Amino acid sequence: MSIRFSFGGDEHIFAEVSEEMSLEAFFTSLSMTNAVRAASIRGVTEICPANASFQIKFDPDQIKPDDLLKELQSMEGAAAKSDASLKTRIMEVPVFYQDPWTHETLMRFRERHQDPKSTDLEYAAAVNGLGSVEEFVKAHSSQPWFVSMVGFVAGLPFLYQMVERKRQLEVPKYLRPRTDTPKLTVGHGGCFSCIYSVRGAGGYQMFGITPMPIYDPNQKVSYLQDEMCFFRPGDIVKWKPITRDEYDAALEEVEANRFEPLIRDCTFSLSDFNRDIDGTNTKLMEVLHGR
Amino acid sequence: MAVKVISPGLSTTVQDLGRPGYYHLGIPLSGGMDRFSLRAANMLVGNDEGAAVLEAVFLGPELEFTAPATVAVTGGDLPPKVNGEERSGWEAFPVKAGDRLSFGFLKSGARIYIAVSGGIDVPLKLGSRSTYTLGALGGHEGRALQAGDELPIGASAAAGGGSVPSNLRRQPGNPAELRMLPGLYWHRITADAGRRFFADTWKVAPEADRIGYRFRGGTPLDFVPRKQPFGAGSNPSNIVDACYPYGSIQVPGGTEPIVLHRDAVSGGGYMMVGTVISADMDLIGQLQPHMPARFVEVTMEQALAARADRAAALQRVRAHLGR
Repeated sequence: MSIRFSFGGDEHIFAEVSEEMSLEAFFTSLSMTNAVRAASIRGVTEICPANASFQIKFDPDQIKPDDLLKELQSMEGAAAKSDASLKTRIMEVPVFYQDPWTHETLMRFRERHQDPKSTDLEYAAAVNGLGSVEEFVKAHSSQPWFVSMVGFVAGLPFLYQMVERKRQLEVPKYLRPRTDTPKLTVGHGGCFSCIYSVRGAGGYQMFGITPMPIYDPNQKVSYLQDEMCFFRPGDIVKWKPITRDEYDAALEEVEANRFEPLIRDCTFSLSDFNRDIDGTNTKLMEVLHGR
Repeated sequence: MAVKVISPGLSTTVQDLGRPGYYHLGIPLSGGMDRFSLRAANMLVGNDEGAAVLEAVFLGPELEFTAPATVAVTGGDLPPKVNGEERSGWEAFPVKAGDRLSFGFLKSGARIYIAVSGGIDVPLKLGSRSTYTLGALGGHEGRALQAGDELPIGASAAAGGGSVPSNLRRQPGNPAELRMLPGLYWHRITADAGRRFFADTWKVAPEADRIGYRFRGGTPLDFVPRKQPFGAGSNPSNIVDACYPYGSIQVPGGTEPIVLHRDAVSGGGYMMVGTVISADMDLIGQLQPHMPARFVEVTMEQALAARADRAAALQRVRAHLGR
């Protein structure tokens, strides 16, 4: 995989590891950005890993753009050879699929959708060749997902499904983006799922909602007091489908600031995963549930 | 000392030079859209150049001061008034306790910067006082000002005074010329589309805010055909979601370019054809909807020369004011 570098004006270097998404491309991006951080290059001000690419922001008054480019290119070989494994976290995110709030919103924006006569979930099931919404929810929630990027807006995770490519769910984005999306909507576009951290515009299909805050600018939520944003690239997420009653109960816990997400430390090795996807995921589930 | 908000204007926010270091979490820089004007306003009242000021767009707020202070208004031409009496923009003037600052109608530009000696002293959030409204972060309660708000003002450190003559300021031309470095996903559009992109005169669309400025009226882009890569989405303008540089020009569906600004979304799934250079970002903050604009191709060498020009222009303001 040869990285394509391009200047983003006079203050950014944009680096595309691969045109298409894969965990290999993500790990190369992650090891490159880790290497840049470790190198503490003068003039580098922001280091942003993304799904299959990354971006470095720099101050051209401190380092010549061409010099920084050469430095990044010199790191490429080492990043490609690095062991694609990480110490990370696995966490459970409860999702109330087919909730009334995203339903109300998706009905308001039907004219921007590919299939105005169906709901986002019905459409997603159909384009993935699944017979029912229930089957789709099962496909969406039965295997874990990898946080391959954080961004768009504050703390929003992009999630990549940890199954072989032919089983990956793919759904087009809305034809024209909505101007509204409820906060904490679980959405999906292309091969990525996401959780909208704030209310606002969005183009991903809407599947459900989580009661669990993932961004808190006031840092009052018990588990967001140190970091405003819950997710980090490399986190592993397991969706847990919940009912309306479970959603309401979780929301009460959130409002009383007693909600504690289920999080466990774990390790992930890309080569182990590629050798045995189902086996790796089963082990991850054992770690999550403390078995 | 405080400033009371009698009426907030259209969208008035607390801004400084921004909040670097959190873009990897989707938290943008924020800060004044026209940083040159923001720095000049602070210089005029004797503040550090990066002190927090108020940024107002199109319509000015009405403010009341609880103690004497020095005030300056820079940026677009929106005449300030003290107790109804007109004052000059780009010039320091004193206010007394109980004085009211209001504004006439916008003559040119889009945004003004209101500096008060001592600076707007809202709490620092992640190292900055800037408001990021989409993330409800920073500024005054993470939002635009509302009537009844009261903003604390810091202790004034140095004496202000003076004015910045018009030959030391900068305004967008007609059409505005936005210099840009092609790149990023420029290779995705045809050579013809690339030529038309620069030849066309675009117009600022009504959807123009701190996140980004949308342009319309040019020729839709033709894409080089390809099989869409896995994960990108089906439209030829879709890419696997990637980071967006500040100033980058994305063209969803190939129709309307959007230039991301200080409150940029940090990434997404639309191809970008290049990036407006750092020297011209301030100009965008002074564009009104329906204004004509052109994109002008430059090289990295020209971008760096333009950047040095802007630094020299700022240095001339400092020298003129003796700062």
